[in-house]
Amino acid sequence: MNALFLAFAYLRHNWARALILVVAGALILSVPVVARMLIGATQDSLTARAKATPLILGARGSQLDLAMGALYFTDDRAEPVTMQAAEDVWDSGLAVPIPLLTAFRTGEAPIVGTSLDYVEFRGLEIAQGRMFAVLGEAVLGAGIAAQLGLGPGDTVISSPENLFDLDGVYPLELRITGVLAPSGTPDDDAVLTDIKTTWVIAGIGHGHDDVVTPDADGNVTADAALVQFNRITPDNIDSFHFHGDPDDYPVSAVLLDPHDDRSALILRGRYLDPDSPTRIVRPDAVIGELVERIFRIRSLLDAVMVIVGASALAAMGLALFLAWRLRAPEMQTAFRIGAGRLAIARLAAAEIALLLVAMLALAAGIVLVVTSRGDGLVAWLLALGR
Amino acid sequence: MIRLTDLRFAYPGGGFALNVPDLAIARGERLAFHGPSGSGKTTLLHLLAGLMPPDAGRIEIDGTDIAALPDRARRAYRAARIGFVFQNFALLDHLSARENILYPCRIGAGLRLTRAVRARAQALAEACGIADKLDRKPASLSGGEQQRVALCRALVTGPGLVLADEATGNLDPATRDLILDLLFDRVREAGATLITVTHDHAILPRFDRAVDFADLTGAAP
Repeated sequence: MNALFLAFAYLRHNWARALILVVAGALILSVPVVARMLIGATQDSLTARAKATPLILGARGSQLDLAMGALYFTDDRAEPVTMQAAEDVWDSGLAVPIPLLTAFRTGEAPIVGTSLDYVEFRGLEIAQGRMFAVLGEAVLGAGIAAQLGLGPGDTVISSPENLFDLDGVYPLELRITGVLAPSGTPDDDAVLTDIKTTWVIAGIGHGHDDVVTPDADGNVTADAALVQFNRITPDNIDSFHFHGDPDDYPVSAVLLDPHDDRSALILRGRYLDPDSPTRIVRPDAVIGELVERIFRIRSLLDAVMVIVGASALAAMGLALFLAWRLRAPEMQTAFRIGAGRLAIARLAAAEIALLLVAMLALAAGIVLVVTSRGDGLVAWLLALGR
Repeated sequence: MIRLTDLRFAYPGGGFALNVPDLAIARGERLAFHGPSGSGKTTLLHLLAGLMPPDAGRIEIDGTDIAALPDRARRAYRAARIGFVFQNFALLDHLSARENILYPCRIGAGLRLTRAVRARAQALAEACGIADKLDRKPASLSGGEQQRVALCRALVTGPGLVLADEATGNLDPATRDLILDLLFDRVREAGATLITVTHDHAILPRFDRAVDFADLTGAAP
């Protein structure tokens, strides 16, 4: 007790040095734990969306492009497939197909053409307004809505694919009907609309004035100019129509929600043929492998931490040793007064114990704070890479 | 009664040898050793305190030859029976004046910090005129006040022998005389023996006996 009293008095008197030691020690103890935790949480966060998506149907080619495009709406998309692929799955009765067309953007945000099944499948909820219902309507993810400062009643315009391509895709104004609640997923930064609206953006569907106008005598004259509408309104919506066979319309990928494991297995079996233009991938396997490759850095991080930690501990040991040597006169006084080596060792041990307790407490505090704010920190870390 | 007989000591490596053929010091006597630097005064003080054993000879204190005691027993003897006053005060900056006085009981020198010890510390502080400064750190005390704290620390265990190594060497004459008054009074009250080493010839007349170290040992520095 006396040793603790004396040790505490010494540390309190030399509080700045003690504080530096405690903070340094706490960081040495907590950083590896925190880093492992954050890496684990980031890994989970990266794979969570893949794990929540049983199967993806898309064009044969890069599995990674297909999975990344369908899950995260990345620019590196797989070649599109046709709606026939989704229809085939629907006809099989093995899964609910959810088509995605992610080829277009508005500014930096992807426009995701899909069906209302997607909203249910992802568990998305409307925070303001309502879900899109008719052609030309869209809902904004929480992140992009906050970023652009837009809400229900506002509009966004799809970006032209190529500004100088006269045959290219023309911008279409989308009317915002709602804003989604934050989900912590790429949906937060996306504009969701009906897939038919994205087909309009793609030029497959359009609306325009009548190309023929009867005169007073009933003679029909073809208009020289065909003006397409670049916004869909209640007045012109009826003029919108699509050309060609709907089964041939493009989709970037089809999310599959199998009814059960057996259905999933059967579906996967049906798309094993390497000559088939379409394939099914398991996104958790694809993304899991990618993330596992990325996070092999964890082993390197562990090694670096061991080296840095050992060096820092050695430096702390040296600091303690030198501090103890500076106190030689004090120890000499204690010895002359009658203290034995054991008493002096007990004093040293008490100081080290107090420092260790403080280090552990601070390290635990750091870990607790990081744990309690883990989701936010992971989201912030992931946002850094965007 | 303290008696030194054929006491011999040399530091490893040679160059200095202490030789005290015979010296007797009565209980309660106030004795001052004086002599040139390096003559071995402090070494003799350390031998009397049992900080190190002599090479040969006897150091009998009240019939116990502490030269023959093992290290641990010598330490216990020192803690229980000897009080030390140092020239540089040797107070601990991180402790208050009160805790410096009680330090021998906290450092585990075989003494317990009892209520009686606390009361004795308070009484000593009042007698030395520092009762109102007990909660202050040494850095905020004057040199004289610091030496009074050191004096209280040396006496708080109730030692039978007080050893003072140039205890007034760092003080101005007025403070030196005050400290000596306090030292003599407290030692007398405790019935202890006082042995001091000093360079200051001005204070020698105040002691019962002043021994020139060169006459005592015949040692060559």
